[in-house]
Amino acid sequence: MLKITFIAYDGTPYTVEAACGTSLMRAATDNRVPGVDGDCGGNCACATCHVYVDPAWTDRAGVRTASEKDMLNLVPELQTNSRLACQITLDQGLNGLVVTLPESQH
Amino acid sequence: MSAQFTTARARVAALDLNQANPADPQGFVDDSVGLLFARLRREDPVHLSHSPVPGIDTYWSVTRYQDIMHVDTRHDIFSSENGITLMDFPPGDDQKLRMFIAMDPPKHDEQRKAVSPIVAPANLKNWHELIRERTCMVLDSLPRNETFDWVDKVSIELTTYMLATLFDFPLEDRRLLTYWSDISTANKLTNPDAPEPEVRMAELRKMLGYFTRLWNERVNAPPRSDLISILAHGEATRNMGPLEYMGNLVLLIVGGNDTTRNSMSGGVLALHENPQEMQKLRANPALVESMVSEIIRWQTPLAYMRRTVMADTELGGKQLKAGEKLAMWYLSGNRDESAIPDAQRFIIDRANPRQHLSFGFGIHRCVGNRLAELQLKILWEEILRRFDRIEVVGEPVRVCSSFVRGFSRLPVRISA
Repeated sequence: MLKITFIAYDGTPYTVEAACGTSLMRAATDNRVPGVDGDCGGNCACATCHVYVDPAWTDRAGVRTASEKDMLNLVPELQTNSRLACQITLDQGLNGLVVTLPESQH
Repeated sequence: MSAQFTTARARVAALDLNQANPADPQGFVDDSVGLLFARLRREDPVHLSHSPVPGIDTYWSVTRYQDIMHVDTRHDIFSSENGITLMDFPPGDDQKLRMFIAMDPPKHDEQRKAVSPIVAPANLKNWHELIRERTCMVLDSLPRNETFDWVDKVSIELTTYMLATLFDFPLEDRRLLTYWSDISTANKLTNPDAPEPEVRMAELRKMLGYFTRLWNERVNAPPRSDLISILAHGEATRNMGPLEYMGNLVLLIVGGNDTTRNSMSGGVLALHENPQEMQKLRANPALVESMVSEIIRWQTPLAYMRRTVMADTELGGKQLKAGEKLAMWYLSGNRDESAIPDAQRFIIDRANPRQHLSFGFGIHRCVGNRLAELQLKILWEEILRRFDRIEVVGEPVRVCSSFVRGFSRLPVRISA
């Protein structure tokens, strides 16, 4: 199991365990991390699993997909380290990953 | 179950699917269209449908959840530029309303981004108190022990207040917004009671006149947080022509009016028909949040969105040709058992209640979704504080439209 930390907008950290192969979005929603909605269930179709990847992890988290770029284009508060959590598949290299959450999902 | 519905069920069961035309508003008036969609999902999920209405003619009906998700997320193949309803614009018509929901990127993205902040959750915090105050006022004014129309007294009243607030529109004229919303979706070709097209355009021009006055006031004043000020000052929107301004107004008025209004009515009916869910809610009021999503799924206040095929493609085993049009029937996808367990049942504490299609998915996903949810959440919180039950005491009257799925009348009674 991998350890993943989500830091809420108010600074509260939520550390959860997730299996390799699951998406970062599922790691949050399966563990009821508040602040990640995942309305579309992981189809990269709603942008309600927006996260900011900690700068130390951006390289390992990979790059945005084409459809992810389209959807991220619509989020408020877009940053260079913005990703949709449903488009990040967890593997051993992401053990210890830290991401922060935006104020809200829209 | 009404006699009308029983007859409709027999009719749908016996129907030759070659004759199936889900866009016929009659199936919405008698609420039998769900039976037709159940057959289509099973027997011909991507269905070539024909309408006798000129301008609608031939269209594909996409009825399964996953196929709808595919179409909604592939805006490169399935364009919105020719409009979001099945009715085609007359050839050479330069009078067509331009609205960002009926645009493709990049222009869509620019205009959407201009209005998006006002309904972004961070901004919604500013609305909480005001929405609650108005909701309480409306609910406290309702009669007891007598029959009244929930649509008029609550659903229209609350959504119109909200819309007037978003636009900073004169409150005393707020029912004009309801009127214009109804006028803009009225279609003489499919609803005999609708106004003639010339009358409709004349009314919409009055609307434009009214809003142009507001625009001129706002553009000459410092930027403020209301939608008209945002449009008048926004870089992507300040140079819109009159038809584009009107188009986007219609979009925001219908988007913020018809939809939430009908979910406010549909929720009352759903809880009346499912008393065990009302009991669950009473026992655990924290379920309001998931119930709101379930109500929005159950009602599906916009039954479909249209797309135009840009390149030959395959969908559900059918060959779709460039230039053809299709309806993504959200109402059908929201009842698809292969994606939503027990989809035919109204369950306020279901797993993953937010994974419904009512807001659409992809780049055109409803921009006001969180505001809609907030309005419904506050409404139900305040209903629970006041009323033991809201009893539906007569047949609901459904809107004659296959696009807006809603109610024009819902007779109810609240005991003292």
